[in-house]
Amino acid sequence: MRLNEKELEIVEILEKDARIATEDIAKMVGLSLEETTESIKKLEENKVIVRYISIVDWTKVEEHPGVRAMIDVKVTPKRGVGFDEIAERIYRFDEVNSVYLMSGTYDLSIIVEGKSMNEVANFVSQKLSTLDSVISTTTHFILKKYKHDGIIFEPDNKDKRIVVSP
Amino acid sequence: MESTKRTYVSKLVHDLKPSGIRRFFDLAAGMEGVISLGVGEPDFVTPWHIREAAITSLEQGYTSYTPNAGLLELREEIAYYMKSQFNVAYSPADEIIVTVGASSAIDIALRTILDPGDEVIVVEPCFVSYVPMVELAGGVAVQVQALKEHDFKILPDQIEAVITEKTKAIMLCSPNNPTGTMLSRSELQGLADLANKYDLLVIADEIYAELAYDEEYTSMAAIDGMLERTILVSGFSKGFAMTGWRLGFVCAPVEISNAMLKVHQYGLMCASTMSQYAAIEALKHGRADVEEMVKSYRRRRNYIVQSFNEIGLECHKPGGAFYAFPSIQSTGLTSQEFAEKLLLQEGVAVVPGDVFGESGEGHIRCSYASSLEQLQEAVKRIKRFIDSL
Repeated sequence: MRLNEKELEIVEILEKDARIATEDIAKMVGLSLEETTESIKKLEENKVIVRYISIVDWTKVEEHPGVRAMIDVKVTPKRGVGFDEIAERIYRFDEVNSVYLMSGTYDLSIIVEGKSMNEVANFVSQKLSTLDSVISTTTHFILKKYKHDGIIFEPDNKDKRIVVSP
Repeated sequence: MESTKRTYVSKLVHDLKPSGIRRFFDLAAGMEGVISLGVGEPDFVTPWHIREAAITSLEQGYTSYTPNAGLLELREEIAYYMKSQFNVAYSPADEIIVTVGASSAIDIALRTILDPGDEVIVVEPCFVSYVPMVELAGGVAVQVQALKEHDFKILPDQIEAVITEKTKAIMLCSPNNPTGTMLSRSELQGLADLANKYDLLVIADEIYAELAYDEEYTSMAAIDGMLERTILVSGFSKGFAMTGWRLGFVCAPVEISNAMLKVHQYGLMCASTMSQYAAIEALKHGRADVEEMVKSYRRRRNYIVQSFNEIGLECHKPGGAFYAFPSIQSTGLTSQEFAEKLLLQEGVAVVPGDVFGESGEGHIRCSYASSLEQLQEAVKRIKRFIDSL
């Protein structure tokens, strides 16, 4: 789908803040409310805008269980299907949050979520490593999230400007 | 011995009016929860890679003076930038001086060209420093007023009407602080014709040149024949969000540049070294940052202009900078009254238009370099204020 200038602006605005009122978007891009509503609908229908989600800082939630690990996986690709088959085998697990095919010293980078380190360890040892195509795995647990998808988790938003200036 | 108390402050400085902005600053500074639309600077922090370049220069020990005109590498980058961005060609060797903000560029320009009593035509509403700086340089400021009826664009006839034998230069700012008005190529041409006809210089304050939202920016120096007559003032503060670095520059034909360099070297020696290293990075790799900031300002401009018009404050759509300059005449208040009441009643700080010159009366300057949430809240409060009148 080729976007016109206004549609592109709308996507950019929504990508930064999905909860912004449509009438405010309309003002910012210089369209009527109806035109803006229509454009957003079209973007949603064409899956340019796939979903609206929240970025949650779970560390703020007391006693919320949860760990994330990034796992480097070396695999043997298969004739005819390359890496796609094994990637699909892996991404079907609910524990798996993301799967990427990588250049470099390993093949797949996957992000796994679990309630505890133990749970992730069990997933790796029992489900992931035992797959026929998997040659080796290296697991890195994430200790702290500073920035995620362009969002800084504890930003310093203080306005340091003086109140009135020429 | 009889003695009367001696006055140490010169008559010239004693007679300067204090800036009208000062009073509002003092008022607002003491209040809690103020939303300020009174800030004349970007709400962006300088992009990290630019800050990082300054840090690196410090780590590497570049802490000494630079040449008076600034680091040659920086002047070369400025020359390349001005040519590629605005199609004006200056020699890095002797036509560009790096200054301490655009303010000091204007200052050395005026002190370089003015003999006592020389007149400078100052187009207002304008930045609060223009008139005092002309006077401090020994000149006489002749103010002409860009009017709301003409979208705050000065007409050549208005300028021609005040030209005398003593007129040396015309000083103007486009995109303008405080109105946001930007002059088109043909409008600049009209002023250029006058400069040619009467053999005048133009001091073009182009500090907001990057922040043009609808049309491509035209520099005064890019008008045919004007390179020789223009003292082009610019800098990094607004476009690159670098106000606190205090770094500007001035470009002018070699004869004027050489003379300005004398004033600059005796007055300031050179601009801050670490700021100059940051500026090199800004010009080399910062254009994409500027584009992003321009996009963001444009959206906020559209938002605030439409919102003001909706709540009954007539507001023209400014072509550049980050100021909206709505009329508050419908309220029957003076701009000072409006701004003060608004601040005390609703905690919104704006700058009364009259501090930028007589023709700014009846208007308020609202900077939209604030987050959308802040702008939304400000509009809500201003509406409530107007409804209460």
